[in-house]
Amino acid sequence: MTPTDIITVLESQFTGAILDKKADAIDPFVIVEPSKLVDVCRFLRDDPRLQFSVLNCISGVDYLEPEAKKVAKAGFEPHLEVVYHLSSFTLKHRFTLKLSLPRWKNDQPGELPEVPSVVELWKTADWHEREVFDLCGVWFVGHPDLRRILTAEDWEGHPLRKDYVFPLEYHGTRCR
Amino acid sequence: MGILEGRWEESFVTTTLEHAINWARESSLWPMTFGLACCAIEMMATGAPRYDIDRFGAGAFRATPRQADLMIVAGTVNFKMADRVRRLYNQMPEPKFVIAMGACTCGGGPYYKYGYNVVKGVDLIVPVDVYVPGCPPRPEALLEGLMRIQDKVRGMKELTKGQPIELPVPKRTGGVQLPDELSTLEKANEFAIQNKERAKPAKA
Repeated sequence: MTPTDIITVLESQFTGAILDKKADAIDPFVIVEPSKLVDVCRFLRDDPRLQFSVLNCISGVDYLEPEAKKVAKAGFEPHLEVVYHLSSFTLKHRFTLKLSLPRWKNDQPGELPEVPSVVELWKTADWHEREVFDLCGVWFVGHPDLRRILTAEDWEGHPLRKDYVFPLEYHGTRCR
Repeated sequence: MGILEGRWEESFVTTTLEHAINWARESSLWPMTFGLACCAIEMMATGAPRYDIDRFGAGAFRATPRQADLMIVAGTVNFKMADRVRRLYNQMPEPKFVIAMGACTCGGGPYYKYGYNVVKGVDLIVPVDVYVPGCPPRPEALLEGLMRIQDKVRGMKELTKGQPIELPVPKRTGGVQLPDELSTLEKANEFAIQNKERAKPAKA
């Protein structure tokens, strides 16, 4: 199926859950309502026309311009995106899902935005979601074991957030 | 060795006990099998037959810190690893030596400014004896670092405690040996002129 067909199928199946779409991008994508994510993913995986049996990766993207001077030119509102790349080996097509999230839940710094986990659909999502949680600070609701995966267990903050401040010291060792 | 020298048959050597201990110790510096990043590949090359760290008696890479004398910290140390590195160092028996191999362990290297997770030099974690810079260092450089450790061992005074520790004097630092035609200024000038002559285009 071409990306346009996939978008048409999704739109007819999930009216209201598809917030935005772009079929002419290098990776054609739709933006999905976060609460409907698991339903959309299950449909993408199980539908015989789609058969997305592989989740290639989950990425977190922080859209924030930390420099006050460049905010006007940045061209986006500060927000967080989670990107799901899907492939089908049997039908040889691929597709991308995106979620648009607030940077902090309820605009309270420190409260991580929440996303439903897709571990029950693709086992590979386990470590991917842990990595996104670790580095970008997204809380995956329903994940079986959401711990930090790359940084140390007692690390503070999420280093790939644009407003991340380096710690001064860690376990008595200076950091900068 | 003073009055004892030369009073026995040919194959008999007299020495001090201290000297003999140091000789044995410097000739069997067992490193720990321990690599953190790309520098470890170069360390493996140093251990392989082409460069052959075994020539210096340091080829027996031990799989436990309790049997090792030398820790070659080869590669980027991040904060998650730093606690483990310190623990491994504490488990090594005295006397123990540390080589910081590569730019990352010497001072953070390319991760100095933006590496939120990289220790800015392994000397913040364990005491370092010899720094081997490079990204990664050539195996020759690591061997040079090993020889500096051996110099340090040779300066140790285990038995006569209380004496000031001898500063290690590099014994084998190769002064650059110039080839014969460059050994004096006159010869070098002559050689340069000859080279210029030779480089001139041949006349048609």
